[in-house]
Amino acid sequence: MTRAESWTLSAAGFLSLFFVWSVIAVSGLVPAPFLPSPWQVAERFVELTQAPFVGFTIQQHLWSSVLRYLMGFGLAAAIGVPLGLAMGWFRWLDDVVSPLFEAIRFVAPIAWVPFAALWFGTGIGGPTLIIFMGAFPPALINAYRGARFVETRYVEAAQTLGAGNWRVIVEVLLPASVPSIVAGLRISAGLGWQSLVGAELIVASSGIGYLMVKGQSNISTSTVMAGMIAIGAVGFLIDVLLRRVETSINRRRGR
Amino acid sequence: MSEIVFSGVKRVFKRDGRDFPTLDGIDLTVAEREFVAIVGPSGCGKTTCLRMVAGLEFPSEGRVTVAGNAIIAPGPERAVVFQQFALFPWKTVAENIEFGLKSKGMAAEERRATIAHYIELMGLQGYESAFPHQLSGGMQQRVAIARAYALDPAVLLMDEPFGALDAQTRTVMQEELVRLARRIPRTVLFITHAVDEAVYLADRVVVMTRRPGRIREIIDVGTIRRAENWDRLERIEEVMDQPSFVHLRTHIWKSLREQQQPNEH
Repeated sequence: MTRAESWTLSAAGFLSLFFVWSVIAVSGLVPAPFLPSPWQVAERFVELTQAPFVGFTIQQHLWSSVLRYLMGFGLAAAIGVPLGLAMGWFRWLDDVVSPLFEAIRFVAPIAWVPFAALWFGTGIGGPTLIIFMGAFPPALINAYRGARFVETRYVEAAQTLGAGNWRVIVEVLLPASVPSIVAGLRISAGLGWQSLVGAELIVASSGIGYLMVKGQSNISTSTVMAGMIAIGAVGFLIDVLLRRVETSINRRRGR
Repeated sequence: MSEIVFSGVKRVFKRDGRDFPTLDGIDLTVAEREFVAIVGPSGCGKTTCLRMVAGLEFPSEGRVTVAGNAIIAPGPERAVVFQQFALFPWKTVAENIEFGLKSKGMAAEERRATIAHYIELMGLQGYESAFPHQLSGGMQQRVAIARAYALDPAVLLMDEPFGALDAQTRTVMQEELVRLARRIPRTVLFITHAVDEAVYLADRVVVMTRRPGRIREIIDVGTIRRAENWDRLERIEEVMDQPSFVHLRTHIWKSLREQQQPNEH
């Protein structure tokens, strides 16, 4: 299949979704407040960019979501990647951290909401903790696996060239694990973004999730949908961006 | 001092609760600045011998020492050239050579000069900023040899360094190594399964038995090489035409062949 054909098919998928959605909305099968039509949502979206809703315009809500997201995701990457690499190298650290980690990672990020609110409040801290909880596991696991499965000959070469633990981790395990780390960060980014919206539904006083919850209590389903579209679009952008980074890194490494 | 001594070295692998001896009582001394090659059938433990000097494996019994010190870890004074080169694919040629120099705490200026020197010595000019995957196998092994020599190590360990190269490249590399070894003499332990290569390069050739590996015999090549001054001959095929070379090679071949089991050819 050519690129153009595949693009056409993707576009066709989107168009049929909108078509089915419009038909159902217009047919009157579903009461209007339950399912707004696409153009009502679009109209509402434009409105939200101009008039503040629960205190802020949609851009401002989005911006506060993105800030929290960058904090949570940044922290997850900054802690997860080095810790994962170190666990891949030091057996004792692996033994200390792995059981704890395995127990904690099956607690859904949303389950941290009560503590997030209690410890860090509903400003930037609470949601950040929840995003962190969502984004941290894949960042750590992929760095760890990358480090564990580095070809022995590179590690041995480094050791015979006089490298100590620090240099083995930074100059061998890290660069050798880059593809695995980047793939992990892509998953992290997606999970982080999903947890963010979940967090904001419950523990926030601004942000896209907050906008949606308020839309719901005002029975403005078009506001909720406008929020969903913003979430989907930003999530998609994040993924495209990271996929670009991944491809360019892999290409530069000659693979 | 950089003498390598194996005394009563045994090595046992444990699998499924059973002991599998791979090396059974190795006693060998490689003198300062001597070039010793070990040949032997596959799986005889010759690579294990080298890895024990490198500090990547350890004897189950006995001792391996370099300059009188027991080996407890790898170190830059015992440089290794691996069969699969083991160049860092994410580093350029120059950065690969620089890696070990940094371990030695060399200042940036001195590192640059050292890199330039070994780049030139190995004929790698113009490839300083190339990545390993952009080079042929022969060129990659030149980088690996440069990386080892640049450390100015007391001991050089080479584990079938030309095993992965095609026949022509291999010949060129053997000639280069002889040139290098005569110019910068070091204590060398060289592992190979190619008898020609061993006789061409080494002062002494150690023939090992099949598993569990023991030393079958040690052949002195150096005395004949010096007496007949093989080094005056520039090309490997000229050396290989010498009657004494042919004689030594045949002798070692027989020594290896006699250990083959009847069902092998």
